[in-house]
Amino acid sequence: MGPYGPDHRESNMTKNLRLALLASTVLAGTASAQDVTLTVESWRNDDLTIWQDTIIPAFEEANPGIKVQFTPSAPAEYNAVLNSKLEAGSAGDLITCRPFDASLELFSQGQLADLTDLDAMSNFSDVAKSAWQTDDGSATFCVPMASVIHGFMYNKSIFDELGLEVPTTNEEFYAVLDAIKEDGTYIPMAMGTADQWEAATMGYQNIGPTYWKGEEGRRALIEGTQKLTDEAWVEPFRQIARWSDYLGDGFEAQTYPDSQNLFTLGRAAIYPTGSWEIGVFTPQIDGMFEMGAFPPPVQAEGDTCYISDHTDIALGMNAATENPEAARTFLNWVGSPEFATLYANALPGFFSMNSTPVEMEDPVAQKFVSWRENCEPTIRSTYQILSRGTPNLENETWNASANVINGAETPEDAAARLQDGLASWYEPQQQ
Amino acid sequence: MNSARHSVFRSVAAHGILILYTVIALFPVFVIVINSFKSRRAIFNEPLALPTPETFDLIGYQTVLKQGDFFQYFLNSMTVTVGSLFFVLMFGAMAAFALSEYRFRGNLLMGLYLALGIMIPIRLGTVAILQIMVASGLVNTLTALVLVYTAQGLPLAIFILSEFMRSVSDDLKNAGRIDGLSEYKIFFRLVLPLVRPALATVAVFTMIPIWNDLWFPLILAPSEETKTITLGSQVFIGQFVTNWNAVLAALGLAIVPVLVLYLIFSRQLIRGITAGAVK
Amino acid sequence: MAQRKPFRWHIVVFLAPAVLVYTAIMIVPLIGTLNLSLFSLTEAGERVFVGLQNFATLFGDPRWSESFWNALINNAWFFLIHMLVQNPIGVMLAALLSSPRLRMAAFYRTAIFIPTILSFVIVGFVWKLILSPIWGIAPGMLDAVGLKSLFAPWLGKEEYALTTLALISVWQFVGIPMMLIYAAMLSIPDEVIEAAEMDGVTGWSQFWKIKLPLILPSIGIISILTFVGNFNAFDLVYVSQGALAGPNYATDILGTFLYRTFFGFQLQLGDPHMGAAIATAMFAIILVGVSIYLFAIQTRLRRYQF
Repeated sequence: MGPYGPDHRESNMTKNLRLALLASTVLAGTASAQDVTLTVESWRNDDLTIWQDTIIPAFEEANPGIKVQFTPSAPAEYNAVLNSKLEAGSAGDLITCRPFDASLELFSQGQLADLTDLDAMSNFSDVAKSAWQTDDGSATFCVPMASVIHGFMYNKSIFDELGLEVPTTNEEFYAVLDAIKEDGTYIPMAMGTADQWEAATMGYQNIGPTYWKGEEGRRALIEGTQKLTDEAWVEPFRQIARWSDYLGDGFEAQTYPDSQNLFTLGRAAIYPTGSWEIGVFTPQIDGMFEMGAFPPPVQAEGDTCYISDHTDIALGMNAATENPEAARTFLNWVGSPEFATLYANALPGFFSMNSTPVEMEDPVAQKFVSWRENCEPTIRSTYQILSRGTPNLENETWNASANVINGAETPEDAAARLQDGLASWYEPQQQ
Repeated sequence: MNSARHSVFRSVAAHGILILYTVIALFPVFVIVINSFKSRRAIFNEPLALPTPETFDLIGYQTVLKQGDFFQYFLNSMTVTVGSLFFVLMFGAMAAFALSEYRFRGNLLMGLYLALGIMIPIRLGTVAILQIMVASGLVNTLTALVLVYTAQGLPLAIFILSEFMRSVSDDLKNAGRIDGLSEYKIFFRLVLPLVRPALATVAVFTMIPIWNDLWFPLILAPSEETKTITLGSQVFIGQFVTNWNAVLAALGLAIVPVLVLYLIFSRQLIRGITAGAVK
Repeated sequence: MAQRKPFRWHIVVFLAPAVLVYTAIMIVPLIGTLNLSLFSLTEAGERVFVGLQNFATLFGDPRWSESFWNALINNAWFFLIHMLVQNPIGVMLAALLSSPRLRMAAFYRTAIFIPTILSFVIVGFVWKLILSPIWGIAPGMLDAVGLKSLFAPWLGKEEYALTTLALISVWQFVGIPMMLIYAAMLSIPDEVIEAAEMDGVTGWSQFWKIKLPLILPSIGIISILTFVGNFNAFDLVYVSQGALAGPNYATDILGTFLYRTFFGFQLQLGDPHMGAAIATAMFAIILVGVSIYLFAIQTRLRRYQF
């Protein structure tokens, strides 16, 4: 980096401006000294009320002198907004961390602080922390908050009305879908491809682990011993392509909120989804019908079931914060069993990763978490390491999953395209 | 007689086309407004039906008003829009006058330089703009937004205004000069009143993107005290994606103020345009 | 030889505020961004000067160039629809509105301009609602006139989505050409029209032979504003189809491609250097278009002016 690089010039520019505008900076610096205010950056704008009414008051009561502000932006804009603020130095003290590479990148750029020595870290297993560690596991930079589990929700009233049993095998699953379709009153499955995200996350990543055998396949892909064109990775595409027969009319233009509404209004029987919906759905269904859940069906009776138990959300500290002490106090509290209980019950479907077991009251949330007992957990296959390059495997998987369901691309072609893209920059896949 | 019948026919046809297009233009707004007064179930069952006593429901508006300080958001939007508008029109007209009135070395270059901004979205400079605002302590102030929108609005304002100013008659200005008026007085007393129609046009075109902008409020002034109404309703929509009552009510509330503003300005705009025509 | 005039300070005073604000808040940050296109990050995270290599990647590497050309072609189509639909409708509405003795003209003018003042958030939401195959109003209305079979989930089909979005954008912005042309038509001197009527030139032939040539300069300005606006467009696609501009990138235009690259999306990290290269390319495209207008079209149009 020569002395005439852009960094140098930019910092000079800022310095000059700072001098020129010294007066206003001095004025801005005279905020009250007794109370420290911590600002939390987050994409969870859904949770604004829960933070304001439940979480923040609980913390502030136990820690007088520290005030907390929760300032979420919409999920789709979070990355852009956060990166701009971090670059310019106006980001909040605490930063909600996406799992794996997005946060790792922030850490290696020195924007997230190292939290390895935080007391509360001892409350989490290595697996729980793995999403927010360096590749060698030597440094941890975010306190795990919650994971989410994929599966299917269903409308119990419709199942009762049509005399259907909850499916456990693939065969039973399609039999149930056929029966609902035959009856014709309800849309068998609520899913659309307009937002692409649904197709990939609720479809491919939901049922995929059953075929690629969870962690085994995911690790093999990272090591380069399996390819996306292998049967285990193509078959889930074939399965979701088959789903298109059971989706509502015009599913190509159906958005994620459309699907949610179809299910909560009782018009669709089955909804491929994740546990995070529970808290949103319960008040909307408002007792109109009872909601149930089942894990992704297995190929044959007695096969091991696999679930995506995805480490989803954590909290880190802005390395440039002016209140590191207060921020660490808050992070220790976020890592405590007290917070875990508070959070898991305020947001049913976001499961604590704390080693201390958490009592949950919501029956559907209990159902989801009960699968951990006999199913093998894994995380979404594209999140760790594999989405570091261009083309981005996660985004391409969204596109491919939607294409496959829309019939715009065959499962084999889609898989081949993803493999080519991955191999173009990821060395272990190049042999 | 033939020609009279012909003209009746033409006028009916003209009204027919205009009414048809007016319906097309207003229909979506109508859909938002009627549905914002209905219960959730009724929105989905019959989106086109007017609210009836059974389906009438204010729950959406109640949710919105409970959630955020929409009045404060509205005031913020007003302050930012009016402030930026003032500076865009004032600075823009001054620069346009200089470019269209005087021959000086670099005139053409200066005109091109000021027009560059039309061609590239200011959003691309976000990071550097944010750095400037951080360095000057303007983050989370409405001043930051006014500055950015002024810079953003100037190129188009200068482009349009200088076209108009070229058409102001030289005789008038020269008469002023002979009477001993200074260049400033010629600009403020003679030229500015004459280009009022152009100012109204620029005002409308400048106002819309400022009022509706989501990006800079999100980056530069996201705090509760400085939130604009567009940002407020967007945050709200994000939070209640599936609660369409609330979303529609929020959209309804976001439409009304800008509609009122437009109706006020639109009379000026039309009067300006028609006045400009009689020359 | 003219004698040397004293320095005209008033020119500086008139120009200074605009130039200062514009330069500090717009030009300097934008130059900073465009400058980034000449740099790249090394493995170690250091920023190094790479010359035009980012552009070589953008146009040479098929993984980038295919996306770029796709976005550019989509953008051209988006612009073409505006030119073929928005501007003729705008001219027609303005012509109707400017006819003398038309009652309720003020009402029509005001009403037709209303979509232009709505934010993209509102426009995206309401059109998705109207066109939705599930609760949509469009299927029901087509059904009512017996044309249900014509309905398709337009925004979800690769072959229709971009055109549908372009038409929504036309719906939103038709008020702008209408207003500008309306103003131009009102400024046609009455004597010209009267002379034409004396010669028996009325109605359509009057429009084609007399009015249209006179409003051509305004149409020129509108075309260039449409061009610049369309090639900078982003929000409508973003709010209705998301940053991935589905289905299968069928609605990806330069603005969304730039946003995804510059700021990143989901797990894709932002790449300011490639993003800046795309921004520079966009800037060049717009500059070429504007130059063509200024040097080729506008000079020719000027001949028709009084």
